[in-house]
Amino acid sequence: MALLAIAGLTKRFGAVPAVLDLDLDVAPGEFLALLGGSGSGKSTLLRLIAGFETPDEGRILLEGGDLTALPPHRRPLNMMFQSYALFPHLSVWDNIAYGLKRDGVPRTKRDARVAEILAMVGLDGFGTRMPDRLSGGQRQRVALARALVKRPRLLLLDEPLGALDANLRERTGFELRALQRCTGASFIMVTHDQQEALALADRVAVLEQGRLVQLGSPRAVYERPATRFVAGFLGAANVLDGVPDGTGGLDCPGLATTLRAASPLPPGTTACALRPERIAARAPGPNSGPGTALGPNTASGVVEDVAFRGGNSLLLVRAPGGTLLRVGHAEEDGPPPPPGTLLQLAWEDAAIVPLSG
Amino acid sequence: MRRLGLWLGLGFLWLPVLLLAGYAFSDSRLPFQWGGFSFRWFITLARNERLLEAAWLSLRVAAGAATLGMLLGGATGWVLARRGPFAGRALFGALAGVPLVLPEVVTGLSLLLFFVLLEGWTGWPAERGATTIVLAHATMGAAYVAVVVQARLAGMEPDLEDAARDLGATPAVAFRTITLPLMAPSLLAGWLLAFTLSLDDVVVASFVSGPAGTTLPMVVFSMLRLGLTPEVNALAVVILAVAFLCVGGALLVLRRRLA
Amino acid sequence: MRRLPLLLPALWLAVFVAAPLLVVLALSVARPDAGVPPFALPFGWNGGPVWRPNWEPFSLLVADGYYLSAFLQSAWVAGATAGLCLLLGFPMALGISRAAPRWRGPLLMAVLLPFWTGFLPRIGAWTGILRDEGWVNGLLRGLGWADAPLPLLYSNTALFLGMVHAYLPFAVLPLYASLSRLDLTLEDAAADLGATPAVVFRTVTLPLAAPGALAAFLLVFIPAAGEYVIPELLGPPEALLVGRVLWQEFFQNRDWPVAAALAVALLALLILPIRLFQRLESRR
Repeated sequence: MALLAIAGLTKRFGAVPAVLDLDLDVAPGEFLALLGGSGSGKSTLLRLIAGFETPDEGRILLEGGDLTALPPHRRPLNMMFQSYALFPHLSVWDNIAYGLKRDGVPRTKRDARVAEILAMVGLDGFGTRMPDRLSGGQRQRVALARALVKRPRLLLLDEPLGALDANLRERTGFELRALQRCTGASFIMVTHDQQEALALADRVAVLEQGRLVQLGSPRAVYERPATRFVAGFLGAANVLDGVPDGTGGLDCPGLATTLRAASPLPPGTTACALRPERIAARAPGPNSGPGTALGPNTASGVVEDVAFRGGNSLLLVRAPGGTLLRVGHAEEDGPPPPPGTLLQLAWEDAAIVPLSG
Repeated sequence: MRRLGLWLGLGFLWLPVLLLAGYAFSDSRLPFQWGGFSFRWFITLARNERLLEAAWLSLRVAAGAATLGMLLGGATGWVLARRGPFAGRALFGALAGVPLVLPEVVTGLSLLLFFVLLEGWTGWPAERGATTIVLAHATMGAAYVAVVVQARLAGMEPDLEDAARDLGATPAVAFRTITLPLMAPSLLAGWLLAFTLSLDDVVVASFVSGPAGTTLPMVVFSMLRLGLTPEVNALAVVILAVAFLCVGGALLVLRRRLA
Repeated sequence: MRRLPLLLPALWLAVFVAAPLLVVLALSVARPDAGVPPFALPFGWNGGPVWRPNWEPFSLLVADGYYLSAFLQSAWVAGATAGLCLLLGFPMALGISRAAPRWRGPLLMAVLLPFWTGFLPRIGAWTGILRDEGWVNGLLRGLGWADAPLPLLYSNTALFLGMVHAYLPFAVLPLYASLSRLDLTLEDAAADLGATPAVVFRTVTLPLAAPGALAAFLLVFIPAAGEYVIPELLGPPEALLVGRVLWQEFFQNRDWPVAAALAVALLALLILPIRLFQRLESRR
């Protein structure tokens, strides 16, 4: 049985829907990422689950029990706030003990639980510090410890890594996963950072304008984006527009080629996604020039610009039809071609992903 | 050049105060004339029963008005900063700001006329004096407290109460354990502001008071109308000394809490 | 229980802020009466609602040059006071905002502390300084610069000295608030683009401080327009500002309707600056 079950959830602010008819199940022990841009409704969804907003329609069930009408303090789940929301007038120890006190946990047991969780997040000996005397990373851990100390079955995290330096983010991400495994709790993390979502979550839910547009494993969502929005949001795929050729392919005048997927494209498909790293580039043969008719899933183009990105490079290649393609270039294939080079491009059928909407 | 302007301004602000304080210790019967060092005006002051009585009334009025103003202003500031939208919020906010911008004579006159009409209709307040002054000063003080409290709450992270609720606190417990402790410094600052406002006011008090209530500023005002005496100098020194002690004490407490 | 924190202040505001203002409004069209209290309400109940306003107080305000000149004088004194406070307060606020950070607190304290001596003793100090046997005349005589004492007290000089002294901190605080928020790299950027220090001040510092300056001006102007005590204790007898005239009508002539009409007129004239000030404040 799902730990959390959301059915038909809708929340409007005025006439604007922030969350629209949303269904979502979260399994016990699962790490789910809610991914979306600003205004996608991901934070509203989190606040609806926590009880800070009341839905207009729909229900939220936790372990089969209906949460929808419960106020926040009666809901057996906890939240880590994006701002951390550490109580500035309480020490680290008292911040973490706050929730236990509200539950009436006796003093000795409370102290043991606080000491245990402080050790777990690596903050032994910081109990007497005030929040304003902590670094950003330490504050983040206190917020996490405060939310975890009540041993919730479900933890909500609002951009938990958002306020951290880039070099701290990766390490903290791994620690977050380790904590999730060792507590066995389900985590729902809101993020706008696709790298973060792909790296940490078991499943990624992509939200756009209050709707759930795709839900799946990070690999599935990355490799087979369902919509134009997901394709652009995750890993910035090339989105290629065209007209169906009637035989399950897509004529793409901007590339002067026809796109074919491993199986015929669904009828009505007018756009496909193609990841930059799935495109193979090579120098053209002796008989080919720009505009030469090539087979399906091949194109030619001229390098306009090259961006070095550490492990690889990104080429911007202009096809004769006018389309600008992002093409990946692996470092082990030697130095990237300089701007002005004519390239021949090809990709496998499996790299073509039809998009709906 | 910038420095010069600053020091000139500070000199202008401080010169009368320093002269006032210095001549308080003069033995001369004429104010602002040096007649040798003496405490005689402080002794005269201590024997002036009318003045002492007025000072005692003023202190009680100020303490009462500041406390009442703190409670009402604290609630007003909280409503403005934390309570979400409600019907009449704009009117509520506008009315809360009115005492800040009303000229003193208008505040005094309007409250007095209100008290007179109220007495005619309900029989209360039968006599104007300490009670009416406390109510008037509390109204003015509450407006200042509301501004201070609202600013403090607005500068606070908005998620704190939500975090408390999430950790299992009922709204009342969240207010008692999180909001109130964080409001406390602004409430204290607001109380002090309302207290000094009340101790300093002569115009509003003159309007709303009756024969029963003569506050210290009212006495000093009538003394000044008749001409300055060195007693006023001595009184100013006493007020200044108390103010220094209060400010110094507050700074010490703040510094110790920070350390 | 949950509504108590809202209802209590709302009730308070209705009773002690809104109701008195409505009462003043009603009284300004009441009839003077020989009884106690000395007025008859413009409305009543006589088998039905009765509404008999008396517009005489307002027509008196417009017709009698005495009241008109009181308003003009008030506007002039309040405006000049606010202008002088800006002139004196701007260099002070600039000096404090550009001082080393650890000096800013004490310097602000130095601006505010004279306030704690009490308003009346400070006015008293000026009478002691300015009167014929006072400190200034004593100094002048001692230096042999004047034979007869200069008539300083109960003059416009004394009036403005007292007004500026009382209201200067009201101007320094908002000026300091806006100057201390000013991004100093903007001045560096202007200098880098070729502006001399004087041009930087005129083209960058002043325009950016302008909203703070306007707030400071209004914060002085609004209370100064109704000031009673300072003109009464320091000003010349002919400085009959609105506050003083209102006080006289109320306490000496016991003409409550005219006093109320003066209050209403003063408020009506101050509405514009007050709204402007509130808009400046809410923009922060």
